[in-house]
Amino acid sequence: MTPLLVATGLSVHFPVSTGLLSRGGRVVRAVDDVSLSVDAGETLAIVGESGCGKSTLGRAVLRLVEPTSGLVRFDGVDVTRLDQAALRKLRRRMQMVFQDPYSSLDPRMTVREIVGEGLVIHRLARGPALDARVGDLLARVGLPRDAMSRRPHAFSGGQRQRIGIARALAVSPDLIVCDEPTSALDVSVQAQVLNLLVELQAELGLAYLFISHDLKVVEHLAHRVAVMYLGRVVERAPAASIFARRRHPYTEALLSAAPVPDPGARRARLAIAGEPPSPLSPPSGCAFHPRCPRAVPGRCDVEAPALTDEPHAVACFFPD
Amino acid sequence: MTDVALSLSGLTVSFASGGGRVRAVEDVGFELVRGETLGLVGESGCGKSVTSLSLLGLLDPDVARVESGAARLGEVDLLRLSERELSRVRGAKVAMIFQEPMTSLNPVYSVGAQIGEAIRLHRDVSRKEARARAISLLSRVKIPAPEARVDAYPHELSGGMRQRVMIAMALACEPEVLIADEPTTALDVTIQAEILALLSELQRSMGMAILLVTHDLGVVAEVASRVVVMYAGRVVERAPVEALFARPLHPYAAGLFRSIPPIGASQRGEARRRLPTIEGVVPSLRELPRGCRFEPRCPERRPRCAEEEPPLTSQGERDVRCHFPLA
Repeated sequence: MTPLLVATGLSVHFPVSTGLLSRGGRVVRAVDDVSLSVDAGETLAIVGESGCGKSTLGRAVLRLVEPTSGLVRFDGVDVTRLDQAALRKLRRRMQMVFQDPYSSLDPRMTVREIVGEGLVIHRLARGPALDARVGDLLARVGLPRDAMSRRPHAFSGGQRQRIGIARALAVSPDLIVCDEPTSALDVSVQAQVLNLLVELQAELGLAYLFISHDLKVVEHLAHRVAVMYLGRVVERAPAASIFARRRHPYTEALLSAAPVPDPGARRARLAIAGEPPSPLSPPSGCAFHPRCPRAVPGRCDVEAPALTDEPHAVACFFPD
Repeated sequence: MTDVALSLSGLTVSFASGGGRVRAVEDVGFELVRGETLGLVGESGCGKSVTSLSLLGLLDPDVARVESGAARLGEVDLLRLSERELSRVRGAKVAMIFQEPMTSLNPVYSVGAQIGEAIRLHRDVSRKEARARAISLLSRVKIPAPEARVDAYPHELSGGMRQRVMIAMALACEPEVLIADEPTTALDVTIQAEILALLSELQRSMGMAILLVTHDLGVVAEVASRVVVMYAGRVVERAPVEALFARPLHPYAAGLFRSIPPIGASQRGEARRRLPTIEGVVPSLRELPRGCRFEPRCPERRPRCAEEEPPLTSQGERDVRCHFPLA
């Protein structure tokens, strides 16, 4: 089976102005040579900390930011070469759900306009048929049909996130890029939204590119996981495999740093030194080497390790 | 009892809302013991931050009013102090750190100047001494190259470093009580782990009590020894952390724990299994249920629960506000 989404050597570099007199030329490599694939009906989680490039990667796949180089194929079509008209058409099949349910919904629009916008743009429904479809979508995400005539401020964070999901579902997409969709929600509300995402996937065969920093949520939802550090994928494997055995020292640090809701499980951590380096001046060799307990001088600070082959891929000279 | 650092009882806080007033916090109390970390947990709007802000008189007086209660810190009642008296206590005996250090730090002064000011506010020391003390505090919170960083401005530091600076400021006068309101919520997990470890280490060496206000049950499990759970302005359960996590007595606490995605699900082939949820939504403070505030959502509810609000009752070393606590 051909994967639904394939990204090959995808990079997004942002030019940086370093001062009034600078000549430019410096770039931040927000996403640097990332390859990934997502099958229909599958969830690939992208995990990592602030600034690792995971959100930029999600946006680059949809061309909400322009990739600097590399290829994105969606159902066989080269997304990176499409003109705006063709891209708009393809976006019907690739949607996005955002983290902040407060800023991602236009406060001046009614829920009918928000959820129905895609249907109108893609000329999928109008008039009474549009209302009926919006009503069905609201019911599907667990909101009353009469929510249609209200505006976002009338809803709680969890309800707004349901509106955002209904908006994404409206055009019957095959893939939804979910950027931290539950991180602004309380844990009891998060559980409701996660249940909804799982149900929708089973029912509609949706694929998710699920961007998150929350490893509990990722373990619950993901079929496969890719860990990013400073713009690159450092480990990629089926969820069961990566949670059983972390091969990259950064993955180990990340997993062992996450607090566990079990007071009996307070445990030793793999402490890593310092903070993530600035993407403006990435370290030589392996970007993780200055913080890595396993780094070998003369090797890790000189040469960048390549990502090995699947199924449990790792970019490290001394993996576990 | 001599080892109680701070004792809060009967705190009720009301807010102006529409034409009337609503009670955001009602009859909240707990004892904070020297050297311990007490977790104050609950979801958005439960009143945990209102509780912690009222301890230091930091609520907006235009809308909020402390209706009743006492917060005893040694001989003084924090809730009865004038603004002038409070400013003498704040920083010296009770200090506070917040979620977003950038909003609490002044962008136009160096971190050394700000820490120095915190010291000079309460101690009669020269500028030079204050600066030397600022450098030693920065080194105590493990900021690398403190002699250089003392002259840095907040925007030149990362989020984790800024939170360390906030901690250094809070500790400047060795307070007896530190109130930490979501101190690591804005930080990445690897940085969060370092900040939590730092707080525990400083607590051990200084013997201060920490009130940790958080929505993160994982963080509470890691660092707290006792926990207060709030729901809709009320304390619903108070218990040692192990007992609470092993066997919550209040149905709300139980529901909250069950809704966390379980660790190890992928190993047991249980990923994507339906998570137990708490039905319904938190009641509005304007339309609180007549009986137990959790009754409309409670899977264990019985007729009595809708009629009569249960009192907080003692069950050995813990307290629970429920007519029919879980066995």
